[in-house]
Amino acid sequence: MRNAFGQPQSVLVLGGTSDIALAVLDRLCGERTRTVVLAGRDETRLAAATERLLAAGATTVECVPMEASDPSSAPATIEAGLAAAGGRVDLVIVAASILTDQLEVENDPAAISHLFDINLTWPAAALAALRPRLLAQGSGQVAIISSVGGVLPRRDNYSYGATKAGLDFIGIGYGDSLRDAGIKVQVFRPGFVRSKMTTGLDEAPMTIDVSEAADAIVAGLASNASVIWVPSKLRLVFGVMRHLPRPLFRFVASRR
Amino acid sequence: MSGHHELLAGWGNTAPSMAEVVRPRTEAEVALALSSGPIIARGLGRSYGDPAQCAGGTVLLNRGLWHLSPIDLASGTITVGAGVSLDEILRVSVAAGYFVAVTPGTRQVTVGGAIAADIHGKNHHLDGSFMNHVVSFRLATPLGEVTVTKESDPGLFWATGGAMGLTGVVLEATLALMPIESSWVSVDTERFENLDGVMDAMATGDADYRYSVAWVDCMTEGPRMGRAVLTRGDHAPRSALEGRSARHPLEPPAAPLLSVPLTPPSGLLNRLSISAFNEAWFRKAPKKADGELHSLSSFFHPLDGVDRWNRMHGPRGFLQYQFVVDDAHGEVVRTAIERLSSNKVPSFLAVLKRFGPGNPGPLSFPLEGWTLALDIPVGPPQLPAVLDQLDEIVSEAGGRLYLAKDSRLSPEMFATMYPRAADLMDVARRVDPEGRLSSDLSRRIGLTD
Repeated sequence: MRNAFGQPQSVLVLGGTSDIALAVLDRLCGERTRTVVLAGRDETRLAAATERLLAAGATTVECVPMEASDPSSAPATIEAGLAAAGGRVDLVIVAASILTDQLEVENDPAAISHLFDINLTWPAAALAALRPRLLAQGSGQVAIISSVGGVLPRRDNYSYGATKAGLDFIGIGYGDSLRDAGIKVQVFRPGFVRSKMTTGLDEAPMTIDVSEAADAIVAGLASNASVIWVPSKLRLVFGVMRHLPRPLFRFVASRR
Repeated sequence: MSGHHELLAGWGNTAPSMAEVVRPRTEAEVALALSSGPIIARGLGRSYGDPAQCAGGTVLLNRGLWHLSPIDLASGTITVGAGVSLDEILRVSVAAGYFVAVTPGTRQVTVGGAIAADIHGKNHHLDGSFMNHVVSFRLATPLGEVTVTKESDPGLFWATGGAMGLTGVVLEATLALMPIESSWVSVDTERFENLDGVMDAMATGDADYRYSVAWVDCMTEGPRMGRAVLTRGDHAPRSALEGRSARHPLEPPAAPLLSVPLTPPSGLLNRLSISAFNEAWFRKAPKKADGELHSLSSFFHPLDGVDRWNRMHGPRGFLQYQFVVDDAHGEVVRTAIERLSSNKVPSFLAVLKRFGPGNPGPLSFPLEGWTLALDIPVGPPQLPAVLDQLDEIVSEAGGRLYLAKDSRLSPEMFATMYPRAADLMDVARRVDPEGRLSSDLSRRIGLTD
């Protein structure tokens, strides 16, 4: 159960090898989290993550299979994940995501479908499968890792951005639909975070490390905000950017 | 009795959860509700944390279990439904010359809740806790109804006091009342400039008073750390009354005058305003005054004068940290106040008092020694870690936290603080073999799945 500070005792992570999600879990396991279920695909990395979280204070870490490129498998992953957590879970982190090179995928219909399946369709299906379970358990929290890439379309990542825009949109509405039921849903919008997903990419302004992102996300989880920018000053930056005329925005975005 | 779903939180307004709420009006309806779980009873919702909520299960409101017998003048007892509040008992009993033997800082608790928490009051050092004055009670369990006395089933009797509802739903209780000559309390007040002064006075002088409590300022650092106002007294005899009190010797407690109509957005209470409140409270108290007559409400239940005062703490809510340590570890009181003030945690005037010996209840909170209770708004980012450190200090001193106030204790820490929890669960399994009785609290601290 979550306590007065909202600290969860059990967590299910969809995308259980995500650098950011694991760094968040490190911190939560140092507080009240004892049961963690990681849904993921790469068994080697899941095993390493299990060791890491046991060292961080978890007493039970379970792994369940997840194939995000196949959205029809989402309900089975949710069922298995909840069962492994003991039938109910305090916090679900939706972190499954891939980042693609826009120039490589924009002429490749199969690659675009694949990107949308993993980043948007699978998570949307998973959230739908989760919804009645959250209502039935009568309490809980969902953290959806979106991205600032989904806030404004940019030439160099508009496809990835579209998947995040879709997820962000679903997350906010999903949260509204569960608000009166006492389920807290939060959308996190990280900017550029140095992680395995972004290795080799040019860094954007206000780039942060995984540990900084995790600190901000853990603080956000304890707050009542429904949208949390990581770092928080990105909210101001994008507040200005979204009012720029498109030609000016194109110029600024290409310069970054 | 048909149920619908409601979001329920404790008095601290933290960690709400959704449950099917049933309002039985008869004992048969209670029995029916207990035919499936998870389920837990709830009274007036004055526990600060999550003991009277059951996410995804059923919460049984006991207020429909309402009946009052006439006071048995031969034995000085009264038999009441579990949903009757102490306020409602006092409205009847004070005029007849009886007071409840134990009252907490609010009259707005039900008898069922008072038993479940084994509540204590300002007279614990002499009179013990609520269960010490319960003659008998009838308990609905998943295996049926039982009448329980200290003699008939001491295990179940004492386990139910403090079990936070895990042994069943109290239907009715017979309580021993305290005869009083008047509804006025003769009070001695003394102000102390620091913590040592007030603790000395309490350790040496409390035995001379039926009631004793100190309000301690936890936000002042330096030499005046822990400055306090100590109030001690007893029910005034008829002979001590004069003026208005003599004309109204047995006056029932007053209804609330004010109400907080809604939850203000960010909470009115912050470091500044709380600090100002503490200052005003301290200055308003006389340096020393003896034998002043106070009404029951102003002495026992000052906060009952403002209905729904918990809303003042805003949407994030607040918590109360209450611990007890034995006499050999009185320094923990100082350590706790120092930790909070050095970490800039805003805290309302803390309540310090002495406990007498505890009772056999495995989860009953009181223990002979010192208890300190602090109201703290949720919000300061350092607060969770500061309180976790205090848990360590309290448990190393052999002390424990009060479950009726707790909203954040970990299962590991609970097990250390209450080593006899297994005794409670043995009794609970005897009357509830399938483990239907369960609450957010019991799941959070690892008592039930």
